[in-house]
Amino acid sequence: MALKIVKGSIDRMFDKNLQDLVRGIRNHKEDEAKYISTCIDEIKQELKQDNIAVKANAVCKLTYLQMLGYDVSWAAFNIVEVMSSSKFTYKRIGYLAASQCFHENTDVIMLTTNQIRKDLSSPNQYDTGVALTGLSCFVTPDLARDLANDIMTLMSHTKPYIRKKAVLIMYKVFLKYPESLRPAFPRLKEKLEDPDPGVQSAAVNVICELARRNPKNYLSLAPLFFKLMTSSTNNWVLIKIIKLFGALTPLEPRLGKKLIEPLTNLIHSTSAMSLLYECVNTVIAVLISLSSGMPNHSASIQLCVQKLRILIEDSDQNLKYLGLLAMSKILKTHPKSVQSHKDLILQCLDDKDESIRLRALDLLYGMVSKKNLMEIVKKLMIHVDKAEGTTYRDELLTKIIDICSQSNYQYITNFEWYISILVELTRLEGTRHGHLIASQMLDVAIRVKAIRVFAVAQMATLLDNAHLLTGNMQRNGICEVLYAAAWICGEFSEHLENPVQTLEAMLRPKVATLPGHIQAVYVQNAAKLFATILKNQEGNTDSTAAQETSQMMIDRLPLFVQSANLEVQERASCILQLVKYIQKLQQKDVEVAEEVSALFAGELNPVAPKAQKKVPVPEGLDLDAWINEPPSESESEDEQPKAIFTKEEPKHSRPRHTEVDEKELARRREARKQEQANNPFYIKASPSSQKVYQEAPGVEHIPVVQIDLSVPLKVPGLPMSDQYVKLEEERRQKERAEKKKKEKKKRKEKRSGRGKKHDSGPESEEDITPAHVVDIVTEEMPENALPSDDDDKDPNDPHKALDIDLDNLLETTARRPLADSEKLPVRSHRAAGAPKSPAEDGEAENATPQEPKKKSSKEKRDKKKDKERDRKRSKEEKKKKKHKREEKEEDLLGGQAEEAAVQSEETKEVEAQPSSTSAEVSDLDFWLSNAPVPSNTQEAATVAAAEADPAPEAPAGTAADSEPEEPKDTETEESKSSKHKKKKQKKEKEEKEKKKKKKHHHHHHHSDGGGEESVQNGTVEEEEPLPPMSNYCLLAENSYIKMVSDGDCDARLWKFVLLSIC
Amino acid sequence: MRFMLLFSRQGKLRLQKWFTSMSEREKKKIIRDMTTMVLARQPRSCNFMQWKDLKIVYKRYASLYFCLGVESQENELLALEIIHRYVELLDKYFGNVCELDIIFNFEKAYFILDEFLMGGEIQETSKQIVNRSIEASDMLQETLEEYMSKPAF
Repeated sequence: MALKIVKGSIDRMFDKNLQDLVRGIRNHKEDEAKYISTCIDEIKQELKQDNIAVKANAVCKLTYLQMLGYDVSWAAFNIVEVMSSSKFTYKRIGYLAASQCFHENTDVIMLTTNQIRKDLSSPNQYDTGVALTGLSCFVTPDLARDLANDIMTLMSHTKPYIRKKAVLIMYKVFLKYPESLRPAFPRLKEKLEDPDPGVQSAAVNVICELARRNPKNYLSLAPLFFKLMTSSTNNWVLIKIIKLFGALTPLEPRLGKKLIEPLTNLIHSTSAMSLLYECVNTVIAVLISLSSGMPNHSASIQLCVQKLRILIEDSDQNLKYLGLLAMSKILKTHPKSVQSHKDLILQCLDDKDESIRLRALDLLYGMVSKKNLMEIVKKLMIHVDKAEGTTYRDELLTKIIDICSQSNYQYITNFEWYISILVELTRLEGTRHGHLIASQMLDVAIRVKAIRVFAVAQMATLLDNAHLLTGNMQRNGICEVLYAAAWICGEFSEHLENPVQTLEAMLRPKVATLPGHIQAVYVQNAAKLFATILKNQEGNTDSTAAQETSQMMIDRLPLFVQSANLEVQERASCILQLVKYIQKLQQKDVEVAEEVSALFAGELNPVAPKAQKKVPVPEGLDLDAWINEPPSESESEDEQPKAIFTKEEPKHSRPRHTEVDEKELARRREARKQEQANNPFYIKASPSSQKVYQEAPGVEHIPVVQIDLSVPLKVPGLPMSDQYVKLEEERRQKERAEKKKKEKKKRKEKRSGRGKKHDSGPESEEDITPAHVVDIVTEEMPENALPSDDDDKDPNDPHKALDIDLDNLLETTARRPLADSEKLPVRSHRAAGAPKSPAEDGEAENATPQEPKKKSSKEKRDKKKDKERDRKRSKEEKKKKKHKREEKEEDLLGGQAEEAAVQSEETKEVEAQPSSTSAEVSDLDFWLSNAPVPSNTQEAATVAAAEADPAPEAPAGTAADSEPEEPKDTETEESKSSKHKKKKQKKEKEEKEKKKKKKHHHHHHHSDGGGEESVQNGTVEEEEPLPPMSNYCLLAENSYIKMVSDGDCDARLWKFVLLSIC
Repeated sequence: MRFMLLFSRQGKLRLQKWFTSMSEREKKKIIRDMTTMVLARQPRSCNFMQWKDLKIVYKRYASLYFCLGVESQENELLALEIIHRYVELLDKYFGNVCELDIIFNFEKAYFILDEFLMGGEIQETSKQIVNRSIEASDMLQETLEEYMSKPAF
């Protein structure tokens, strides 16, 4: 035996410790993996030994290896062993290893619960600390549930070291086990005023995190935080508090007003950039929340913008970045203030730091105007050329398109310029955004009728030079633009200068290497082009040209008929047959042009996004019902084409309820054509009559512009857009002269006439006259569609679930009347975490059944009863005075308070004892009302009531504002069934009695069965048994007030009491 | 805060702290992304990056990069302060800290971090208090070690 011990300790001497391991790894750089695998073998041996020191050493080494990326999950149990060592040295290592290696799915975590509980209650504060730290990393829902109560107890530990850790870890516990929030919140709130600054800041941190996700439930803490803000000198804490206010202000504009002054003072006084930045951010948030209907705080905006400008000008890249970031927030609501710093922001585009350039790009979006669009885009184009990384270049590309297309092309005065820009962008190698450019081309060509001639010419060159695009970029997205080019050339083929050449370009063998969907568009549009050519050529006396064209089609199409792509194949073979048939007719000298072009007759209008969704389903139509027996293929595919046709046919030339994007349109159109193509004798009105639209606007092209046209045609690869910038300058100068004469008049005209055709084109002026009179075709929507978006909401996946949970909890804590809330926590607490409550109770005087809130409130009450009473009274009195003055404004508040969905009730007689929460709430209102606004209408009622009964004075006023308060306030001896009542009564009586009472007294007006426990009518007059589910049962009535109540119970058996006063 | 990583100029991880539970796979992916992104940054760039829905704040001290992943609402400058404060704490503890100190005493680096941050929140803003508690627990550990190093027989 002795020998074994000796042997063990000798072995230990030869064990590698962590340092040896690290050194060894560094010395075996070449065969690190091999070396480590031998080490792992050694570690496995060490773990088998009984000596805990050896095990701890092994675990420590494993932790290091884990960091290097090796899997150590096999040692999880050994880690638990080391964690449970009684020696702090090993325990520490064990917890460290656990915090690094464990995650939610580690199954041995289940084994740790009791060990952790033991450590939490260890007399050694560092044992507790290490357990809390470890727990914060690997807490699971189970652990959270089982340990929540222990941790809550630790929040009141005598050592601040433990308290602050316990407070911080509560946040993790809340996330994993949301039910704990309600019971724990009162104590958490207490910690905001903890004497130890570390605990205080921990509590601030936790509440900030909670409030950021669900700000509305924390509004009542605003006065407390305000106090902290004005008294704290710790910047770390200040930043958190200010951030918290940033989250609260959108909910309570009055809060924002109150904040502006201290925040601006801080901005002026602080030397800490982080604090300054946070203040600016929060001021911006305040200003945004105030921006609706409040007097403008232009001074504050100016201050922010000015401070931000200093940041941006700073040589520190970090400040520059943050300045730009904050600017973009201002931009949304106060674009003007930002626009004046355009110079600075443009400078940032040249910064060598990509992050900064990206931020500056974000800002540009909001800074363009008609005047500077071309200039800015020109600058961006230069950057596109210079950009090295494809990510940044792609970002630039999307930004250019975003900027130009924003608000329905609002800032584009010259669409030829824009088309040129788009064409230039096609020269980008390796961009992923070909489809983006393509959809812009389509959109502009379709919606801006006046530009079609130009667009078609550009697209024709693009097709002609398709090899430039496709040559080395087969794989990347840029060939998508050919899709657009082919479609535009086909659809608007009557504008083509040399259609035969384009047709040839579209039928080149090389086309067969393009992606299938593009080939399909090529083939289809070749047919359109063919129809146009036939029409042109048939007028001629020489019919050979037409026949040659047919022959070319017949020669080239077989290539596509052989395509592996089904769609290409089908289209090509249909069209081939059609052309063959046409050729026969041509040989017989039959005129076919009319009929052929009829195949492609009809104009396509853009359709608003979501239009499809807005189409009302006709009565009696069940879209989900099978029309026939279910076919083998999927239902939706089956139905879609039908819907298309039924909708299109009635209004042939103006498809009404069709859907969205151009591609979709194109596809449908082709589908229709396909159908018609199958019926060669299908005759429609002549296409010419429908395609004359572009003449209608009577656009006078400015000579200069026309000259330009030729250039882009011939040199497709060169940047043309620059020329437009110059031309635009000249043109604008000319116009400026004209403008002066007719300014006022014209402006009016323009505004009213925007979006309509003006024959007077070039003459009419806005700030800047568009080069073309542009008819931006608006998107079509079904008649009765609403413009509102229904699908805006994009829930954040990861935290959403948590948020919701918290929300519910928080709501109940903060908003519900105390009475209700008391009940709730009790139940959930008991059910889920029964073990916890006793411990709590030990600390808190209250009986277990009561809610945590109650407890807290009770505790507080005991301490502060008298104080509060006095305070409240005085406040109430003040309030009343205010109310009288400000009654009108009260509605605002009332609305907010009532969000909770609980109806408010009032008491006939209000008891003097307010609960702690009610005190706080009233604090908030009072505090806020100091600023500008008062309370709601109910208050008025209550005030009236209060006046009627002078004695009960205090709570009524406050109660009205927020529901949560109300219950407490309303706890009247007579009227309230709520727990508050109980509380009061209890207080009045002895505490012990109270407990008993609670148990015995449950029941009441509340309709739900679950409520028995929770709902007690401690008292008196109103105790009428109410039938379940009754609405608004009468509770009490006197000459001034009638009280009714309604009870409801949700799935969790949480009870809400609805009370209203009439 | 979501995580803190320390890695060398060669991209070797020196310390990792995850404040939310994540699978090993996710962790590895993040580590890879962070090292490549941060190491690719030009000198004299700003210390902030956008990565997915997180803000990445990093700073280089000598040969070590400190990289912090924070939620998008966080204050970037505060995050920088946190990094700096941590470096100060390390410096105080090791006395002119260098990368080797952290490599060979990585568990100490974790202990210090654990006293400073917890669950992704700042636990203690006072340097003295952090130092004091680290020393106190080290004392505890040292005495135990002495005790243990006595011959077991």
